[in-house]
Amino acid sequence: MKALAFALRSFSRELRSGEVLVLLVAVGLAVAALTAVGFLTDRIGKAVARQANEVLAADLRLRSQVPVPEEWRDLAREYNLETADTLSFPSVVFKNDDSALATIKIVSDGYPLRGKVRIADTLFGEQRAVDGIPASGEVWADGSLLARVGADVGDTLAVGELNLRVTAILTYRPDQSIGFASLAPSLIMNIADASQSGLIGEGSRVAYALLVAGDEAAVTDFNDAIQDILPDEIRVRSQEESSERAYNAADRAQRFLSLTAVISLLLSAVAVAMSARRFAHRRMDTVALMKSLGATQGFVISVALVQLLLLGVLGVVAGSVVGFAAEELLSRILIDLLQQGELPGVGLRPVILACSSAMVLLLGFALPSLIQLRNTPPLRILRHDVMPPPPSRIFVAGLSLAAVAALLYRSVGDPVMLLILIGGIIVIAGLLYLLGRLMVAVIGRARSGVGVAWRYGLANVARRGRDSAVQVVAFGLGITVLLLLTLVRTDLLEGWRSTLEDDAPNHFLINIQPHELDSVGKLFELSEIEAPVFTPMVRARMVSINDESVKDREYPNEDGKWLANREANLSWTEAMSSSNELLEGAWWPAGYRGPPLASIESEAAANAGFSIGDRLKFVIAGREVEAEISSIRKINWDSFQPNFFIVLSPGALDGMPTTYISSLRIAAEKQPMLIDLMRAHPSVSVIDLGAILEQVRGIIEKASLAVQAVFMFTLAAGIAVLFAAVQSTIDERRFESAMLRALGAKRRTVFAGVMAEFAALGTAAGVLASAGASVLAYLVATRMFDLAYSFSPMLWLAGVSGGVLVVCVSGYFAARSAVNSRPADVLREVNT
Amino acid sequence: MSNQSSEAISVLEAYKLSKQVSSPEGTLTILSDVSFTIAAGESVAVVGPSGAGKSTLLALLAGLDLPSTGHVVLNGSNLSRLDEDGRAVLRAESVGFVFQSFHLVPSLNALENVMLPLELAGQSNARAAALEIIEKVGLGERWSHYPAQLSGGEKQRVAIARAFATEPAVLFADEPTGNLDSRTGATIMQLMFKLNRESSTTLVLVTHDQALAARCDRILSLDVGKLVSDTRAAV
Ligand SMILES: Nc1ncnc2c1ncn2[C@@H]1O[C@H](COP(=O)(O)OP(=O)(O)OP(=O)(O)O)[C@@H](O)[C@H]1O
Ligand SMILES: [Mg+2]
Repeated sequence: MKALAFALRSFSRELRSGEVLVLLVAVGLAVAALTAVGFLTDRIGKAVARQANEVLAADLRLRSQVPVPEEWRDLAREYNLETADTLSFPSVVFKNDDSALATIKIVSDGYPLRGKVRIADTLFGEQRAVDGIPASGEVWADGSLLARVGADVGDTLAVGELNLRVTAILTYRPDQSIGFASLAPSLIMNIADASQSGLIGEGSRVAYALLVAGDEAAVTDFNDAIQDILPDEIRVRSQEESSERAYNAADRAQRFLSLTAVISLLLSAVAVAMSARRFAHRRMDTVALMKSLGATQGFVISVALVQLLLLGVLGVVAGSVVGFAAEELLSRILIDLLQQGELPGVGLRPVILACSSAMVLLLGFALPSLIQLRNTPPLRILRHDVMPPPPSRIFVAGLSLAAVAALLYRSVGDPVMLLILIGGIIVIAGLLYLLGRLMVAVIGRARSGVGVAWRYGLANVARRGRDSAVQVVAFGLGITVLLLLTLVRTDLLEGWRSTLEDDAPNHFLINIQPHELDSVGKLFELSEIEAPVFTPMVRARMVSINDESVKDREYPNEDGKWLANREANLSWTEAMSSSNELLEGAWWPAGYRGPPLASIESEAAANAGFSIGDRLKFVIAGREVEAEISSIRKINWDSFQPNFFIVLSPGALDGMPTTYISSLRIAAEKQPMLIDLMRAHPSVSVIDLGAILEQVRGIIEKASLAVQAVFMFTLAAGIAVLFAAVQSTIDERRFESAMLRALGAKRRTVFAGVMAEFAALGTAAGVLASAGASVLAYLVATRMFDLAYSFSPMLWLAGVSGGVLVVCVSGYFAARSAVNSRPADVLREVNT
Repeated sequence: MSNQSSEAISVLEAYKLSKQVSSPEGTLTILSDVSFTIAAGESVAVVGPSGAGKSTLLALLAGLDLPSTGHVVLNGSNLSRLDEDGRAVLRAESVGFVFQSFHLVPSLNALENVMLPLELAGQSNARAAALEIIEKVGLGERWSHYPAQLSGGEKQRVAIARAFATEPAVLFADEPTGNLDSRTGATIMQLMFKLNRESSTTLVLVTHDQALAARCDRILSLDVGKLVSDTRAAV
């Protein structure tokens, strides 16, 4: 109690004196940086997710084999969510005697809830986004559908029992990539016409969907609420299942944002640790004095703790204000990217998170120093060289790592990744420390061969052995994480660029019969388009796994159950597709004709609980085929190659009813040949991936921009933080330079000496950081982002020059005031 | 007062004190077998050449450090039997300090520096008491100044005010005039002796100044860690 009262009373004095300013600034800076990065990641994350949700045309999609009961709509309304209904099914559309298979999409008002439908007035005409849906009695139809039946805008199509007028060419609908492998060109009509069409009834293969969208939290709540009461025939799809490609990009962007959050956290940790050390060091004399005046250890530590907490609170408040201002400013600058206005505000969440993080950091990093402070021997009052025993290194490391780990876990989530990061930090910090000490020793030796300024500077580095090493660790870690961020960002953007390239396939051909392969190939040859690769596809139903019926079996999750029970598309191939990567097992040897083997996509295998050696039995057109799983693969969905979850060995599907699919790039000016193709082969479906590609590009472009913006901001914050860390080491230099000048050294000489010291520290930190960042970046790129990592010598250049630059420039400003202050003033301060 | 039986109320007792420290060259004995008793109200000067061990002795007497062998009894308590906090509490109750380099807290102004021990001892009227004593040392006008704004002599006045503020039983002073010119030093000592008399505090004063030592009741001479003489001034 006494300590509390005393701490409170003396706190205002401490503040007035400016002694504690550096810690205050460090905490404030940490909070501001964490707030702003937190805000950006939250905001950008949401914007990217929303863009990705376009693929669903909703935030959540409940699909069902039977009409979605009214109560679900009511429930959604209770959660203040918008809803819309869609029904889709294949049906043949007629224009006079011509007919073509179409995907009929019946939609209600409000569709689509996310994204916009685009239409054009003529075939290959200018497209525009529209709000709303076709009026009753009207339809919007895909250009290729109209081409097939020889119709145009204004004509009437027979759809079921209705005659509906085509009022526009449908060029894009957001959800067209869902289930595209079985889609014929689409036609949108109003739900008001549904019942009269006679298409919906017993035996029709209608897929019903209830689209739901709204406030993110409400959607999540709604989703949670329905999980338990969901009947079997209704399944929920959220964005991540809907499109691997779109999801991948959004997911990586999210990971990058988390990484950035982690890095700003580490940078803040460095700044807080450095200034907490300084806080404790500066108080050592006062503590010795207080003890000689009769203060107990408990008192001393309570006072320090209370004041530290108060400082923390003040820093947090100041930082929140700055962070909030930064938030405002950023959201104004990035208004398009962030979709401000469209998205609900983030409110105080990032601020609160940043504040609690900063407090945890402060305690984690300052506590060891405070405990050391508590043990300050009162004898120090008479002999200035006696120091409290340094806190146990294990304790210091343990506590600070615990603080960092606790905070990191929130951003990283994945325990393995967390371990890698923490392990990386420990190893790098340890190496930095050891090498720092080694370097300090070498520098100590080297100083006899240099001029007076350098000798003084280098002697300083050597004399403050432990301190210098600690500084090398701090700067080194700071530079490491900034380098890491730079590297990963470069790799990430590089990886995305390939997806954005123009030669990616833009069309899928499906349902090609074996006897059509030659003539389809010829058509391409005539149009001078490179003959595509045709991939076989066989429809099958899985019946048992290791002789256990698929119906009775337990699955790790619902998706796995779904996968095993639905109609499966199988393929067979001699060699593995270049877009696949073997994870487990072995691919079948060339020329293999033995008993059927199967290769499974890794996520599907995990969901369904399949592993190597399991026997999968399929029924295909009444015949059974059993295949043993011999390998597990990963699919690169970015490739836009035809890919299958389950691929069998050659010969396994011989004699089964097979169709072929193919993906290829058809330049815009050659696309009219597709009309010939569709006329000659009416059963072949041509799917235009242009729209999907465009969606993916939209997401990736947004994500790239986000990554750049957050990167720039974190870089700036990082430099500011390192700056603060340098400031916190300036105390002694102040006194020393005053003394040297009193001894007759020129200001320039003293200054050069201080700069020499910083240059040496910066070089050491830069070299070590470059090494550390190379290793970490390799791990992060390969483990977190699935990117190929390429070693770059530029990194070393950037690391070392960046290290020297940042440390020297911030050192310059810090040292300038020290060197320029009048020696008399400084020396006067000392004898108090 | 001074001719009362000084053995009866001893306030400070050193019993066979030695202090060894380990150095790169091996164990170094900086104090060996020092014993004496100081009575309440006595003023004692500790003299000796530089490096004789005067400051070391002072630290042991005040419980800032512990002897390697032997013990100190301060105000009835054996310091070796107390832990660090126990010694701190004892210091808060009965010890005051004045140092050669003044050891004021730079972030506190003169008044606040004087209030510090009072606050540590939990006195409620710390401010009033501090103001009063600051008046006594002649800094009534300058109580709000920070150490950096004060001259050496003024700083030492603040330090003296701080030392006397809690009315300690024993006041330890380690070359209090060492950083001051002789005129200022003389006024400072004048002040110290005056306050010492007024509050009948026991004074243990380390000094190089023979004249100053001569003003004390008793002189302890140290040389190379040994007590070489213990002389009382003629009453
Ligand atoms: N912790 C220690 N480690 C090493 N040597 C020490 C230590 N403490 C004291 N000494 C040495 O013991 C000797 C006595 O020191 P002390 O400070 O007591 O001398 P002093 O009599 O106060 O001298 P001065 O008059 O110069 O202040 C010195 O030689 C000093 O260097
Ligand atoms: Mg001394």
